[in-house]
Amino acid sequence: MKEQPEIKKMSWFEKIVSSTIRTDASNKKAAVPEGLWNKCPSCNAILYNLELEKNFNVCPKCEHHMRISARTRLEMFLDEDGREEIGKGVKPTDPLRFKDSKKYKDRISQAQKQTKENDAMVVMKGQLKGQDIVAAAFDFNFMAGSMGSVVGEKFVRGVNKSLEFGIPFIVFTASGGARMQESLFSLFQMAKTSAALTKLAEAGIPYISFMTDPTMGGVSASLAMLGDLNVAEPNALIGFAGPRVIEQTVREKLPEGFQRSEFLQEHGAIDMIIDRRQMRDRLAAILAILTENKAIVDAALNQVESSPELDLVPDEDSLKPDSGQKD
Amino acid sequence: MDLKFLDFEQPIAELEAKIQELRNVESDNNINISDALKQLEDRCEALTQSIFANLSDWQISQLSRHPGRPYTLDYIDHIFTDFHELHGDRTYADDPAIVCGMARLDGQPVMVIGHQKGRDTKQKIYRNFGMPRPEGYRKALRMMRMAERFRLPVICLIDTPGAYPGIGAEERGQSEAIARNLFEMSKLKTPIICTVTGEGGSGGALAIGVGDRLIMLEYSTYSVISPEGCASILWKSADKAQLAAEAMGITSDRIRELGLLDEVVREPVGGAHRDYALIAANLKDALVRHLADLQQRTIDDLLSIRYQRLMGFGAFVEEVVK
Repeated sequence: MKEQPEIKKMSWFEKIVSSTIRTDASNKKAAVPEGLWNKCPSCNAILYNLELEKNFNVCPKCEHHMRISARTRLEMFLDEDGREEIGKGVKPTDPLRFKDSKKYKDRISQAQKQTKENDAMVVMKGQLKGQDIVAAAFDFNFMAGSMGSVVGEKFVRGVNKSLEFGIPFIVFTASGGARMQESLFSLFQMAKTSAALTKLAEAGIPYISFMTDPTMGGVSASLAMLGDLNVAEPNALIGFAGPRVIEQTVREKLPEGFQRSEFLQEHGAIDMIIDRRQMRDRLAAILAILTENKAIVDAALNQVESSPELDLVPDEDSLKPDSGQKD
Repeated sequence: MDLKFLDFEQPIAELEAKIQELRNVESDNNINISDALKQLEDRCEALTQSIFANLSDWQISQLSRHPGRPYTLDYIDHIFTDFHELHGDRTYADDPAIVCGMARLDGQPVMVIGHQKGRDTKQKIYRNFGMPRPEGYRKALRMMRMAERFRLPVICLIDTPGAYPGIGAEERGQSEAIARNLFEMSKLKTPIICTVTGEGGSGGALAIGVGDRLIMLEYSTYSVISPEGCASILWKSADKAQLAAEAMGITSDRIRELGLLDEVVREPVGGAHRDYALIAANLKDALVRHLADLQQRTIDDLLSIRYQRLMGFGAFVEEVVK
């Protein structure tokens, strides 16, 4: 490998600057410039920002779906009125006092500054075309959308909110996987989130997993693949192991389109691919179909339970043998 | 240099070789040097103890993958009776990287599920180095459901570098297979006891690792990614695996301190590979004890306690938001 550990590239001056103040040059590059123009990473077309935003951050030239922040996603997806954020105060901590070339604490504060979020997930209760819903979204800009304790906890709170109100739950994933800096705590979030989803299934509440680019590792191998519907945006990278790891293991060239949405649909892993510009229309229609009959049946059952004249179970007294017949 | 020994075990290996040599001399020439032998054996014991008293996390990580370490089928041999192996996921294939079967633990019927590594090259390839493909996890799930139907407790033995990162594995839904197991195990209506016997490699380990109890053998490890994998991502070099092993806290004692573990089963001096019978006896004792405890619970209690346990995983702070 040609890449050198970054410590070697530093000058003496950079070394004495504490890691709190230090920012990686590579991170500067990743930040979106606040200009009027943007460049499509897929076809290199120069795009006018306002036009791009109107097009849901989908390149009008090549239909490439650009990565968007969690908040942008939810604002795009939910109706404007009645949004309420869930688990807003939940913040990461550093249970292992983890340190690689940089302290985990510093990575957190840097990501918080950069994204203005506490961690890699935002959850909101709101409405989709008038239908009550809880929606969660991963923020890939926050440490590659990695799932640690906060993401797991917020996800579960979202599930609980949806159970409380009996309304559908939807998650937009964009994640490199579990967060290494929280080690086993992160790994166990896979079990925690998957276990919470069993409650939605038991209650007959729809859960839709909407996978966006990229959805890998521990996130893909837990909450993302457990939807009543597994949906993906076009051309999103979705899989368990990263393509580079697989290439190094099997030592052969990966097939064309490997681990892309279309590949997953072909292999039966996802139900459908939905263009971001249609997500509101399609999901509103789908959720309406999934919830309509159950609502009618539940309402009828409630009525049966609450009206005594419809009580089909005889009360205990009428079951007792008449005392006169005892002898 | 004996390749069956790790580098920090070499002094022990050398001393043991000398003892063996002396024994040969003793029997060949019919002379009595038992006093000298006894002295050397004591020294060897003391040396092993001193080396193993100060193991680094990285050394423990190497021990967890020791070529001589007992694997699932060895534990089945020593701990269980009446074992009947069950094969296949009834959909695609049988995955030899996971072994499943019904058996008896201390006379009680149970279902055993465990990763299986190979001992020699041929076996290693056959077992795919203990790295399951989706059909392995689906086989495990099939057996868990059967265990639920026939009220058999499930005993899981975890020892894998991870789920197999291959083209076919991805095509057949590695992610879904793991996710489905997490989902189903969290509500399986029978006690589940999980033990990490060697390497607890990430999602590939967790996929048979959700249950009511988590036990780790003393020199086993459990982590979100292998130290090498972590090092190559965060330090940009797999050579920094030692640092990564320390940073991630992957040993049984660290994990117990973090409150994620129910019991550490102590290993024989020098590690599990030095005495299969002893480590198996220690593990059996723990399994029997935990099972007896869990069987006192009603199924409803068992499941609600398991659910609370799962929901309790995580370390975060909360700030009151106005």
